[in-house]
Amino acid sequence: MKLSKLLTTAAFALGLATGAMAQDKLKVGFVYVGPVGDGGWTYEHDKGRQAVEAEFGDKVETVFVESVPEGPDAERVMTQMALDGAKLIFTTSFGFMDPTINVAAKFPDVKFEHATGYKRADNVSTYSARFYEGRAIQGHIAGKMTESNIVGYIGSYPIPEVIRGINSAFIHARKVNPDVQFKIVWAYTWFDPAKEADAAKVLIEQGADVILQHTDSTAPLAAAAEAGNIIGFGQASDMSEYADGPRVSSIIDNWAPYYIARVKAVMDGTWTSTDTWDGIGPGMVGIGEITDKVPADVKAEALALKDAIAKGDYHPFTGPLNKQDGSVWLADGEVADDGTLLGMDFYVEGIEGTIPN
Amino acid sequence: MLKLEKRPQPSKAWVWLAPVVAVIATMIAGGALFALLGKDPLVAIRTIFWDPLFSEFAFFYRPQLLVKGAPLILIAIGLSLGFRAGIWNIGAEGQYIVGALTGAGVGLMFYPMEGWFIFPLMVMAGALGGWAWATIPAVLKVKFGTNEILVSLMLVYVAEQLLASMSLGLMKNPEGFGFPGSRNLQQYPSAHNAELIAGSGMHWGVVAALIAVIFAYVMLTRHILGFHIRLTGEAPRAARFAGVNPARLVLICLGLAGALAGLAGMFEVSGPAGRVSIDFNVGYGFTAIIVAFLGRLHPLGIALAGLLMALTYIGGEIAQSRLGLPAAAIQMFQGMLLFFLLAVDVMTNYRLRLTWREVA
Repeated sequence: MKLSKLLTTAAFALGLATGAMAQDKLKVGFVYVGPVGDGGWTYEHDKGRQAVEAEFGDKVETVFVESVPEGPDAERVMTQMALDGAKLIFTTSFGFMDPTINVAAKFPDVKFEHATGYKRADNVSTYSARFYEGRAIQGHIAGKMTESNIVGYIGSYPIPEVIRGINSAFIHARKVNPDVQFKIVWAYTWFDPAKEADAAKVLIEQGADVILQHTDSTAPLAAAAEAGNIIGFGQASDMSEYADGPRVSSIIDNWAPYYIARVKAVMDGTWTSTDTWDGIGPGMVGIGEITDKVPADVKAEALALKDAIAKGDYHPFTGPLNKQDGSVWLADGEVADDGTLLGMDFYVEGIEGTIPN
Repeated sequence: MLKLEKRPQPSKAWVWLAPVVAVIATMIAGGALFALLGKDPLVAIRTIFWDPLFSEFAFFYRPQLLVKGAPLILIAIGLSLGFRAGIWNIGAEGQYIVGALTGAGVGLMFYPMEGWFIFPLMVMAGALGGWAWATIPAVLKVKFGTNEILVSLMLVYVAEQLLASMSLGLMKNPEGFGFPGSRNLQQYPSAHNAELIAGSGMHWGVVAALIAVIFAYVMLTRHILGFHIRLTGEAPRAARFAGVNPARLVLICLGLAGALAGLAGMFEVSGPAGRVSIDFNVGYGFTAIIVAFLGRLHPLGIALAGLLMALTYIGGEIAQSRLGLPAAAIQMFQGMLLFFLLAVDVMTNYRLRLTWREVA
């Protein structure tokens, strides 16, 4: 009798406690464009989500929906999260931009964070990373390492983000190797292992011995491993499982610090709509370990370049630089402004081919 | 031992029972799958099938059923006509894309002019675009005897490339900072396929789907064309004797299916989606094939099947975010539905019999 009463009281108290905790819990939603197991873009966003859980423990509850098509489906998923009580929602693909703005207008009390877009509102922030800083280091290593002087580049879509990466890699490859050529293949997908592998094979057949990729799967690295004597880089994620094979370094998206900071801001009531574009310095862009395949002097140069960029001593787009048609873009010592970079729709001088449209 | 025995006549009862049995079997097998993933199967099934309709937030999900179901139904109705006559249009996804492009193209052409005539013109352009895209495999089949399954499917990939090119070039929003994708038609009143009653989910595409269901029903039961379609599918030789012109039927069936798919794309791009973008198409054209068969190629059945399919999408998303079920599990669940339907369909034409084989 006594025991059962004790148990009921305990259970009741526990129930109260969890009830109270549930109220304190901040619900944070994540909308992903790909599967969390893609090993690249979405995988890293999900690592950011897990970091939020690890940081705040019982004080947060995170929910996510993966492989959400861009458009009305995304709008429904966001609405559903907001209805279910999420107070902060991260939408992690460019195509989620208009849906995010639409849903945000309906839920003024819910904060939204949209990755890689340009539309903001009182309750919508945008954030992105300066991946082109990482591309500069990649380009440097690629220019030094190639023997055929042909670097293959797998582009996803010809959008400013991707074009910026190509230009940055090319500029820094040319700097250390005046004979280097870039061959660019457009895959028209962010994540499609079969297409990406095909693109890599085509580039390798055309003589490329370095493969750079702006798509999210590990398929190009697998294709490079199969062909042998080809090097590549991890994209979005470290892809260190290929470190014994073709992968010599990587560009890592590290969203965790940003996600933790934004969740904290909502908890503290200090959240405001902002536009964040961070690079290597604040740690949003990471450079994966450079393997021993890269000669020590090249590795040292690459790390020095990384440090200079991180400290702000060097900007990857520093003049003199010409556009592809030979017209002057940046004068000697001039640094590109963010506006031009965000809307970049041209190649720099030396890259062959045209941007498809 | 158990033996399958062919029925002299397809069982009328099983024709209608099969989808119900398939849904129940899917729930059981799906529940087992969810249990293996460590989730409570009853909660998962309830989240998928019950919550969107009757939970606290049903006011939001019910209209969404119409939004998600309408394109599926519109496309599936068109496909079912061909399927009944043994004409296999697998490329509705491509016709959907092209209809969206032509429809949106007309709207964008008039921007920023306002006028009541713009939206009707877009509707016509959408239907025409889809019709034209579907007529390619039709004409090739009639003239050269090519296989419409392959040609219509291949044209999906062509349409996808066209979509990418349009999003990056001709239709790119000039005020979009160089990013791909067209202007948002939701912000262009004359071209916006808005909700007819706010919050109801009813847009012109839903109305069109409703009309298509009624028309298809009347045509199949009352019109000579419907009779020809059914006859060709059920008894091709008899159809030829009855004076059915197979070439004409191919052109009509594929053309109609294309026009309806094109309409679906046009209503989607001008309404819920809003803009032409590289990833505009999300597989309605393929899912509609499942819907058509789940609905027994019957207009009313298709309407129900379309709504059921929409329910599994919407409920599936809720299950993902509330229960942490992976997206792949939801897709498997949807795949099971067609799998079980095809399996149970055996019962329509065959019956089980217990036989005792005598030992010689």
